[in-house]
Amino acid sequence: MNPRIVLALCSRYVYLYTRSPVRMVEMVFWPMVDLLVWGFLTVYLQKSVGADTPGVFTWLIGAMILWDILFRAQQGVAISFLEDVWTRNLLNIFVAPVRTAEYLAATFVVGLMRIGVTATALVCVGWLAYAFNVFTLEWWLLPFFINLLLFGWSLGMISTALILRWGQAAESLAWAVPFFIQPVVAVFYPVSSLPAWLQPVARAFPATHVFEGMREVMATGTMNPATLGWALALNGVFLALAGGLFAWILRLTRSRGLLTKFATQ
Amino acid sequence: MRETAEPILEAVELTREFSGTRALDRFSFQLRRGEVLGLLGANGAGKTTAMNCLLGLTLPTSGNLFAFGLELHKHRVEILRKTNFSSSYVSLPGNLKVWQNLLVFARIYGVPKPRRKIDELLERLEVAHLRDRVTGQLSAGESTRVNLCKAFLNDPELLMLDEPTASLDPDIADKVRKVVRRARDERNVAILYTSHNMRDIEEVCDRVIFLHKGRIVAEGSPAEILRRSAEQSLENVFIRIARSGELEDDPDNPPAP
Repeated sequence: MNPRIVLALCSRYVYLYTRSPVRMVEMVFWPMVDLLVWGFLTVYLQKSVGADTPGVFTWLIGAMILWDILFRAQQGVAISFLEDVWTRNLLNIFVAPVRTAEYLAATFVVGLMRIGVTATALVCVGWLAYAFNVFTLEWWLLPFFINLLLFGWSLGMISTALILRWGQAAESLAWAVPFFIQPVVAVFYPVSSLPAWLQPVARAFPATHVFEGMREVMATGTMNPATLGWALALNGVFLALAGGLFAWILRLTRSRGLLTKFATQ
Repeated sequence: MRETAEPILEAVELTREFSGTRALDRFSFQLRRGEVLGLLGANGAGKTTAMNCLLGLTLPTSGNLFAFGLELHKHRVEILRKTNFSSSYVSLPGNLKVWQNLLVFARIYGVPKPRRKIDELLERLEVAHLRDRVTGQLSAGESTRVNLCKAFLNDPELLMLDEPTASLDPDIADKVRKVVRRARDERNVAILYTSHNMRDIEEVCDRVIFLHKGRIVAEGSPAEILRRSAEQSLENVFIRIARSGELEDDPDNPPAP
């Protein structure tokens, strides 16, 4: 892995994002809409149902912000790849001395940068508008963040592999893949509220342990570290599987001669 | 040809099938340092498939590819560091400025003093005035020359040019040909060149390979090919091969009058 090449690829995205303010709006606008909807819902529930227990519903805002970290990490990978497809630059990249790992690493870094922009905006507005302080999660925030980032990267690689396999017709998967799993990973409700048969499935995803942990920390101020251990171990499995899937599909695309059609269509 | 040392690029019995159809059929050739080899053929003859295999974008069904003495699929990155590519059909991202696009690729290739190199290439290709323009707003001729700047960024030892003069006016096409010849003459670059413009081929190529249905049907210098055929021009040779798949008449089976 050559960091110079990773940085070179990242600089392309930096040029792209700083040249196009519309892209910055996209990174802030939709998360802000989500935050406002969930924020007002929280305020309503707090006033009508939880008036006796201050702050009982504020975890909804926390869940929304953490979900957005996961979503932006996934988007960083998938949208960076699509940017190369849309600008017909994929072929230039694939005939340059860029290893697959370097290309993916650059998309990971871009995901991190996107999260930086989105999370800063959400944390500020969450605090100003709803008095929700994400830092009440204290140091737990860091492992939550890392685990969601890793899982977002895995989902990003899976989305990209599927787009590579089925071509631009499948590009909506770049946005859809995280939402396939959203109902199962217990973002806005505990795993116990899922049907019994679905609960083991939910626990197979690293994100589930993060959202369960977040609710536990917000309710009790602490959590069982084993929960995070599970999340980390599952992330290792997901990263290996997603990386393997991406490499396999890339090879398949090359062997079938689809890469060039895909890159120039 | 200026030198007959070890081949820079070598294809050995390269075959590529798509759904049972052979796009390349036991295609073998060598390209040496300082040589410009033209790859010619009608649409569907196998040029693009060959180029894609040579760039590692498509895996051959069978056969081997070597560049700089290394097997392409095992040493892809090492080979690509010393190689570059430009095609009229592949553009740099249109939403970045010319200098931004070139700087990204200069960094990928690890070009020392990249900004100076970019300015030097833009001057050489006579497009220095486009440095701060958005790439997507360039004309076809401007875009082709900017793509060529990208192709020369790493001072490649092996250069693959896919129809570099397609859709260019005669003046710009002439400038592009001069740049290609200069790269060969001054830096001994090995160049693989595809074109449908026979003037390009006659001016630029030391040797040509005519492909028909994925197979080599003629190989030699443009002058040799003309001598062997009964045609007056390379363009007629091209048409003849595209229609009959043969360079010379079969004495037992002469064409109908």
